[in-house]
Amino acid sequence: MDERKFKKMNRRELLKVAPALALGAFAIPKLREPLLKKGLDFSDWASGALFRPGHRAPTFSASDLTPFEKFPINDYDVDDPGVIFDNWSLTVSGAVQKPGDYKMSDIQVLPKTRQNTRHVCVEGWDVIGRFGGTQLSEFLKMVGADPTARFVTVECADDYYESLDMATAMHPQTLLCYEMYDQPLTREHGAPVRLTVPTKIGYKQAKYLTDLKVSHVLERVGYWEDQGYSWFYGL
Amino acid sequence: MHSEVIEVESTKDGEPVQAIYEHPWVVRFSHWVNAVALFVLVGSGLQIFRAFPSFGAKIPQKDLLNWPKAFAIGGWLGGALQWHLTFMWIYIATGLVYIGYEIFSGNYRQVLFVPRDIRGVWPMARHYFFFGPKPPATEVYNPLQKLAYSSAIVLGALSVLTGIVVWKPVQFSWLAWLMGGFHLARIWHFLVMWAIVFFLLGHLVMVVVHGWNNFMSMLTGWKTNPTPR
Repeated sequence: MDERKFKKMNRRELLKVAPALALGAFAIPKLREPLLKKGLDFSDWASGALFRPGHRAPTFSASDLTPFEKFPINDYDVDDPGVIFDNWSLTVSGAVQKPGDYKMSDIQVLPKTRQNTRHVCVEGWDVIGRFGGTQLSEFLKMVGADPTARFVTVECADDYYESLDMATAMHPQTLLCYEMYDQPLTREHGAPVRLTVPTKIGYKQAKYLTDLKVSHVLERVGYWEDQGYSWFYGL
Repeated sequence: MHSEVIEVESTKDGEPVQAIYEHPWVVRFSHWVNAVALFVLVGSGLQIFRAFPSFGAKIPQKDLLNWPKAFAIGGWLGGALQWHLTFMWIYIATGLVYIGYEIFSGNYRQVLFVPRDIRGVWPMARHYFFFGPKPPATEVYNPLQKLAYSSAIVLGALSVLTGIVVWKPVQFSWLAWLMGGFHLARIWHFLVMWAIVFFLLGHLVMVVVHGWNNFMSMLTGWKTNPTPR
């Protein structure tokens, strides 16, 4: 083969690899954000597709529990937003037959579930805790939630907010949690009622609940999601 | 890739130069895209690790190593997760394309480390590291190269499997169980990353040692003046 022909062939072969340079789009600030958003959305879509409503998170024996005093307290603002327990109620709204204010006693008449499950923080640490409360699915049944609704959104006393897909809200291990380690929930851990969702990352498990809304459209996504974290983040 | 050698007539002195087609397009393309993905995954992974640079308990937390921010990608935990959760798909896709191509084309035979390669490893290592005599080349890749490249593929697969458990310890609870649970899987994921970085350093040293023509063959597929076999 003569050299010119060989060089031409080499250039052609080099060009075939050139599409790899498209990755350079990630280096352009204007394109970077929408591209990473696409990647995050794709991961969330995959998370949703991988979620199995009947598959339970592993549960653990009492000897595996992290001691209560070593269960970390993470919040975005204050350890104790100063909820006045006597006045507290959970305000339910949206696609439900019986909207209104539900007191602690209204929640506690429902069957209590206790479970030792792993709590995984997005930072990378994990602990095994004992949680007690009522299945969110039981509560949603009681308030007459529309079974075709797609989201459950919660608001919190510290202005935190979060949302769950309906499949996760209906999961048997998703609790309106009012006990930890068989004791009433302490203020730092989200008293009087928090979410326990062993199939989700920690920041989805909102504390100090005040409002719960069932909806067909997602209006409020979540505090950390609005900073750029994954919405579905199913474990 | 049956590496036929062709002769290229030089226009300058008329001396023919030998050239060999070593890397098909699919291999070159997946190599470079995967290389970029690996770079981003290591960088963003180190930023993610900075959020909790430990493998012990959160309380009391003892930092294992506080990685300098300069070596990290993403700026903060949420940003790094965006990079990681985006490029992991690119990493997996190019890995599958490469492995699929190697199996489909039969090329895996020239690079897959098999038991009969074991006896050739030490002579080659002695040559590379202890100035031993160069063993005669009988195949496209020598036993040490086969070992390195095959290990890299195994490490790549392990990085994905351990990563799946760190991402989805509940849906893949059986895989988590195999790895000793979420907590250990995070450690495996970290160690596999370092093993890949170690491979990469060796790989880059070999690229420098083998020079320009060898490097260009990963871009154009063609290597001029190949070592005679």
